[in-house]
Amino acid sequence: MNVELDFSAVLTDWPILVNGVAWTLGLTVVSAVFGVLSGLVLAWIRIQAWPICGSFIKIYVELIRNTPFIVQLFFVFFGLPELGLRLSAEMSSVLAMVINLSAYSTEIFRAGIDSTFSGQIQAGESLGLSKFQVFVYVILPPALFKVWPALVAQIIIVMLGSAVCGQISTQELSYSANLIQSRNFRAFEAFIIAASVYLLMAIAVRWLLNLLGRNFVFKGLIQNG
Amino acid sequence: MKFHSISLKEKFFKLVALCSLALGFQLMSTGVQAQSSWDTIQKSKTIKIAIPTDFPPYGFVGIDLQPQGLDVEMAQFIGQKLGVKVELVPVSSPNRVAYLQTKKVDLVISTLGRNPEREKVIDFTHAYAPYYQAVFAPKSLNVKSFNDLAGKTISATRGSLEDTELTKLAPASAQIKRFEDNSATVSAFVAGQVQSIATGASVATALIQKNPQLGAEFKLLIKDSPCFIGVAKGEDTLRTKVNEVITAAYKAGDLEKLSQKWLARSTGELPE
Repeated sequence: MNVELDFSAVLTDWPILVNGVAWTLGLTVVSAVFGVLSGLVLAWIRIQAWPICGSFIKIYVELIRNTPFIVQLFFVFFGLPELGLRLSAEMSSVLAMVINLSAYSTEIFRAGIDSTFSGQIQAGESLGLSKFQVFVYVILPPALFKVWPALVAQIIIVMLGSAVCGQISTQELSYSANLIQSRNFRAFEAFIIAASVYLLMAIAVRWLLNLLGRNFVFKGLIQNG
Repeated sequence: MKFHSISLKEKFFKLVALCSLALGFQLMSTGVQAQSSWDTIQKSKTIKIAIPTDFPPYGFVGIDLQPQGLDVEMAQFIGQKLGVKVELVPVSSPNRVAYLQTKKVDLVISTLGRNPEREKVIDFTHAYAPYYQAVFAPKSLNVKSFNDLAGKTISATRGSLEDTELTKLAPASAQIKRFEDNSATVSAFVAGQVQSIATGASVATALIQKNPQLGAEFKLLIKDSPCFIGVAKGEDTLRTKVNEVITAAYKAGDLEKLSQKWLARSTGELPE
């Protein structure tokens, strides 16, 4: 099998690729921040056991977890304008990614929180801490420590899932690679480069998030170094 | 009698070895096929032709989910004249050239326009049908020349002729939003996600008919580019045969009939 690879044809368009990387990272950062925060809030509402909210959140989570991301994205971009809400391609991408990550994060946090030793909660309350203080200082740190790998993995999944946003003309990395190969027909080289960049980004983001976790989120909890 | 039971690890490695051997044979056998497309077509008595299914009236699916349209009829016509069975392969604008390059199809009959970038990687036959690409927008949008597109959003299908030509003609501040296929490009315009659309005449006619509330009309001509049939690079025998069919059909008036039936217009001059 004789395959000639010509990477220079793709790399001459490096500004397009860099633009794509910037967009992918930008989408990921914004979605991660809002998605995780939203997940935390929803998880907290779930454990309050308020009557109707719990069911609504459960329905929302199941809906998002059991439908493909591209369908959710198309719903936001093509469907919402019919209901009067028109968001740009980029806003639609962020919104869809936030909604998606938030649903998964809610479940991840709920699992972490549920596994907190109830004796600790009682100890916190008996010390006179408010419910909010108990949540933030007693329940969250060990919960976050337990679920951090799952949370990081989900953020990476959402980052890789942003590749789909190119379908609605958001100029992220896979859209950029696709654009280049539709001009010079070097599909193999373009997608090898795109895949390599995604791989590097995933490794870098994972390392960064683990560093963040170790040094800021659950600093005092690492017992075995 | 001693039992030699194969451990799980051994089984796994044997399975992997078997699979790689099978894969190796598969790759080797495909490598041996260095015959031209024409020979393969003659041997199998089948020709694989790529057609559009998202592009009325050139290629679309009716209620019976069967492909129909000008390109589809042209494909059947060529198959009939060459004396082989036709296998229709649906493709979209971004992937039709790739399908030809990777020999997934022998011909591409999909409102394919000819331009220098494509000529580097595939070959073209004579033209068989007329076509033009233009920018369409609602009456309320003031667009008299390409410079008026500055700061406006236009949707286009990635990899299509209107995409490449518009990129050259539109000012730098015009925002061209590229989508993967015609349906998405049209949906974006209909949903109001973009102010104007750059597409082929037939697509625009269909969308204007279905969505009169948009008040969309023709604004700027991008290119008058007739449809050619795409052939993989170097497949000269196949290309010559198809050219013979096209020339004969033009002289006999078959191409004119096809154009009148599906486009309600004459073919006009069809370049080679």
